[in-house]
Amino acid sequence: MSSHYEAPIRRPLVVGNKSYHDVTVDVARPVEGRANKLWWTVFTIALAAFLWGLGCMTYTITTGIGTWGLNKTVGWAWDITNFVWWVGIGHAGTLISAVLLLFRQKWRMAINRSAEAMTIFSVMQAGLFPIIHMGRPWLGYWVLPIPNQFGSLWVNFNSPLLWDVFAISTYLSVSLVFWWTGLLPDFAMIRDRAVTPFTKKIYSIVSFGWSGRAKDWQRFEEVSLVLAGLATPLVLSVHTIVSFDFATSIVPGWHTTILPPYFVAGAIFSGFAMVNTLLIIMRKVSNLEEYITVQHIELMNIVIMITGSIVGTAYITELFIAWYSGVEYEQYAFLNRATGPYWWSYWLMMSCNVFSPQFMWSKKLRTSITFSFIISIVVNIGMWFERFVIIVTSLHRDYLPSSWTMFQPTFVDAGIFIGTIGFFFVLFLLYSRSFPVIAQAEVKTILKTSGDNFKRARAQQDNNSDNH
Amino acid sequence: MSKVIHAIYNDDDVLLDAVHKTRSAHHHIEEVYTPFPVHGLDKAMGLAPTRIAIAAFLYGLVGLSVATAMMNFIMISDWPQDIGGKPSFSYLQNMPAFVPIMFELTVFFAAHLMVITFYMRSKLWPFKQAENPDVRTTDDHFLMEVGIHGNEEELVSFFKTTGAVEVKVIEKH
Repeated sequence: MSSHYEAPIRRPLVVGNKSYHDVTVDVARPVEGRANKLWWTVFTIALAAFLWGLGCMTYTITTGIGTWGLNKTVGWAWDITNFVWWVGIGHAGTLISAVLLLFRQKWRMAINRSAEAMTIFSVMQAGLFPIIHMGRPWLGYWVLPIPNQFGSLWVNFNSPLLWDVFAISTYLSVSLVFWWTGLLPDFAMIRDRAVTPFTKKIYSIVSFGWSGRAKDWQRFEEVSLVLAGLATPLVLSVHTIVSFDFATSIVPGWHTTILPPYFVAGAIFSGFAMVNTLLIIMRKVSNLEEYITVQHIELMNIVIMITGSIVGTAYITELFIAWYSGVEYEQYAFLNRATGPYWWSYWLMMSCNVFSPQFMWSKKLRTSITFSFIISIVVNIGMWFERFVIIVTSLHRDYLPSSWTMFQPTFVDAGIFIGTIGFFFVLFLLYSRSFPVIAQAEVKTILKTSGDNFKRARAQQDNNSDNH
Repeated sequence: MSKVIHAIYNDDDVLLDAVHKTRSAHHHIEEVYTPFPVHGLDKAMGLAPTRIAIAAFLYGLVGLSVATAMMNFIMISDWPQDIGGKPSFSYLQNMPAFVPIMFELTVFFAAHLMVITFYMRSKLWPFKQAENPDVRTTDDHFLMEVGIHGNEEELVSFFKTTGAVEVKVIEKH
């Protein structure tokens, strides 16, 4: 037992007197059981939203980008806002599984699987927007490094938009193999419990014949560690490069050096909020409250609070630098954000992202499930408006006052956004019923150190030896 | 055809002790199947450390070289352009703009080739049949497979003393 020592002051991460077998049963239950009415209701709504979005995308592609509310001045609005919003949400998964692995944070094990799933599904939503915005998505392969018209002119490697292509596709594909490699032992567990030949067949295929040999586990752990080491700078690079889309331009309000760190902090912030939104529901629906405990939610809230404060500091720094630069265009861009016609979106952003996470200083509030859920939604809304503020308010008042306009989204803009939310939830709901949503093999490794029954037994043992 | 012992345990600490005992009794451990990574098992079994991290480093260097060669060919030698007043005369001078993709491709190659290497070396791919001899080894049981070389009786009684919950003699094809 000595190898399983953990300081008694640390609260247990797994409660409910679990044995190894209990972990297996609890993780397999949502997969083996049947979906309830609530699941079907939410799934139907999500599917309807997705189909509506699909219709709007088809309309856009067959008719043209003119179906959106864009105009000569605001040539980039909801599409890029949604793109950055979804990419940002997609940052928490890798952060949880990679950065927290490097820091040996054991609490990540209950949430990493779902956070990674969320990452992959949200990056897929993000990827849709540049493709739709191409107008002719069947020419999407033009972003690959092949000569133009197969002649001799190439893609431009000086362009941050091309860097984005490489960053997002590397991020999506590396996250996917990281996720799937971690899933192999858990799929194997479901395979070995399967009763019907069909489920046995399916989980045999997806588990790649995982057998759990000692050598496989040795490689598995090394691969996880190296992937975490690679994914950590990768996740930071992705949103840095997304911010370059703006920072390397010469538009006042975009051309700032603070954008990369500020975007990365914002991405972590919004991603953790979305993880909280999803897991607070999932732990209830799938009976996983003994694995995803209030302590997990509390720790997530602390990350939200810290990253929210970093984002707030960035907002204020940006304002200061705009004033300090002495450039009147830069000064006006920020003055216009706070007091111009889009003042409401700026103050919505400020109150959702900077003010609301400060409630988490209170232990009572950050351990309240309902409050955490509300704040997670508020943060998601706030972060969408952050991107809207950066993009639309910086563009809508051009250098020439004669080209000043406002942006009015059409039903197509809204439909595509709602469609991606629907698509995201369709994928997540399907995942929650067919995948092991907790990395059960990893949870079993910490059961003896962090399970409540084992911690109690150890405390008992220590007391007895003290009495001698 | 050879015979093996399957000693099954239901606790990782008991398993580790048993592995130590088996090794010091000079019995040859063919394989151990566990439901999760048991800390220190590879050392106890005397497995050589994996070199997959070194492979990943080399794959990363390949990715970096590919990125450099690709962008040098495309941007500098094949079709140099003057973009934003920055003519493309030398790779070194234009390199700051190429750093993001040099980094991304390093990660891309290191991660994917390492995972492919892992799948190949551990024989993991779709439609591969699982080879764990007992389905409980993905749940809460630990199985040690030890070769029998004419000492069946001795081995069975030995493993009964190591805390195994089951000791089976299996004909292996």
